[in-house]
Amino acid sequence: MIWVDTIIQGILLGGLYGLFAAGLSLVFGIMRLVNLAHGDLIVMGAYLILVLVTLLGLSPFIAVLLAMPLMFALGWGLQKFVLNRTLGDDILPPLLVTFGLSIVLQNALLEGFSADSRRLPTDALTTASVQVGPIALGVMPLLTFASAIVVIIALNQLFYRTSLGRAFRATSDDPVTASLMGINPTHIFSVATGIAMIIVTIAALYLGLRSNFDPSIGPARLIYAFEAVIIGGLGSLWGTLVGGIIIGVAQTVGAAINPEWQILAGHIAFLVVLLIRPRGLFPRSHD
Amino acid sequence: MAYIVQTRTRASSVAAVIGAVVLILLICLPFFASRSLILDMFTILTMLVLAQFWNLLAGYGGLVSVGQQAFVGMGAYTLFGVVILGGIDPVAAILFSGIGALIIAVPTAFFAFRLHGAYFAIGTWVIAEVVRLLVAQWKTLGGGTGTSLPREATSDMMFVGWIESLLDVRSAAARDVLAYWLALALAVATIGVIYWLLRTRRGLALAAVRDNIEAAKSVGVDAVRMKWVVFLTSAFGTGLTGGLIYMQKARISPDAAFSLNDWTAFVIFIVVIGGIGTIEGPILGVLIFFLLQSLLADFGSWYLMTLGVLAITIMLVAPRGLWGLLSERTGLHFFPVQRRLVATKPTEK
Repeated sequence: MIWVDTIIQGILLGGLYGLFAAGLSLVFGIMRLVNLAHGDLIVMGAYLILVLVTLLGLSPFIAVLLAMPLMFALGWGLQKFVLNRTLGDDILPPLLVTFGLSIVLQNALLEGFSADSRRLPTDALTTASVQVGPIALGVMPLLTFASAIVVIIALNQLFYRTSLGRAFRATSDDPVTASLMGINPTHIFSVATGIAMIIVTIAALYLGLRSNFDPSIGPARLIYAFEAVIIGGLGSLWGTLVGGIIIGVAQTVGAAINPEWQILAGHIAFLVVLLIRPRGLFPRSHD
Repeated sequence: MAYIVQTRTRASSVAAVIGAVVLILLICLPFFASRSLILDMFTILTMLVLAQFWNLLAGYGGLVSVGQQAFVGMGAYTLFGVVILGGIDPVAAILFSGIGALIIAVPTAFFAFRLHGAYFAIGTWVIAEVVRLLVAQWKTLGGGTGTSLPREATSDMMFVGWIESLLDVRSAAARDVLAYWLALALAVATIGVIYWLLRTRRGLALAAVRDNIEAAKSVGVDAVRMKWVVFLTSAFGTGLTGGLIYMQKARISPDAAFSLNDWTAFVIFIVVIGGIGTIEGPILGVLIFFLLQSLLADFGSWYLMTLGVLAITIMLVAPRGLWGLLSERTGLHFFPVQRRLVATKPTEK
């Protein structure tokens, strides 16, 4: 029974990793850009929510709604003024620029908020649990997992039901032809990064509610997100969630055997998938 | 009119002479410099070697690795392992560091070469994390808290007695001088080997693969083999450097030896600021890096922020780095690899 419990907790943890990874997957799917500062942007989002909560005395769930437009604007500006200039055939500029951004963000957060561990204020809801048969499920992990599913459904709706989504897909397939049809790829890219930042804000909310955070934890979140994206197959959003679940289950099972093996087990699961299916579990037919 | 193909330029001949003078000065440095200057120079030289090897990987091989700390850490831990468990002299143990790094480089390459671009970068990073977590489980070498080199190993180190009597210094200072000379030898050998490699047929093949992999393959370049050569060479050199750095520190912990910031982030900034894809770039970069470090040392995290912003700006404005800007304006190449056609006067027969 304890194993069933461990695996269910792992699946729910996978929801959090799926949220970390969804923004990364979106941006990669559209512009083949890998943002190495993604994890630090999540941590920054958590600090932004913390500031709003502290200054305005809001509940974190309300503060996140205020943080979203701010993060959208930040993502839009970042893409428009910095990252768009790095796109091209050469893979070095985007990697090195986002890597530099990651170091800058970490140290700016360190300067602004010190290295102390912080946490978003929790209330009764965040510590509550529901009894399902013999297993107690935390309300917070359930909420995280549900949010991950809602985010992915919403993104799929956006992609396949709206004209913006059509523009996203067209630009992803062929930016030059898309621009002949009146689409401005650089504008599309900026909007896409803005939307990715909204998902980052949601991920930041759950990061801050479920555990402590400090300025140095971004890179580890980036690695989990990346592993989820690669396991799932590039550009497949549901695959990304499955990838997150695999990492989550591997981590909780590893931790159940030996607490020191938690992170290691996640990485090893990733390497095993990579060995068996180099293109991930649900690869796209092209690229 | 006859033509010959040559790579040497007047600037490179002058640079060779200046380089030789600087080298002699550097060799003699311990005879007149203070101990703190020797230690600073040790840091500069070891960072330069790490930067040259990362530059070989990313700038020439197109393999952007964010996992170089795996080889630094593995090299360092191999050194501690053979010294503590095997009782080998630390200086001789440095060679094992390179081998230790190679041992993990082979499976790393096997995994990472399945990934491209950014995915390769993250793949190498994940493997470095795995190695760090595994090493932290190794209780004989201190586990997560780390360990120190035994006193008897450091005090009886090769050459130290000789340096003590030569320079008339205490054994601690003599050990630093020894580390400095080894770092200098390693830096010269690294630049020499990389320059030689780039001027051979392999170097041409490497440039061809970097510029256009399909075209290179079509004229018979074995691209996969080139990747292996570059990856293993740089892992070996990075491992040696890791061993040397921790021989000097004489104290190790997994978090320090596998630090992403110290052994990969700084190195990337050095190469990007100096100029990626050139041998001169990392040399210029390491000097700027060290200058900034001494200027901003008291400002803590502002220092890293400045470095990051500088690297981003350079990548956006001048992707070939400061040396790239300079050589574009002036046509200077101290380590030319370009083969040029030079017209010579017809010789009288």
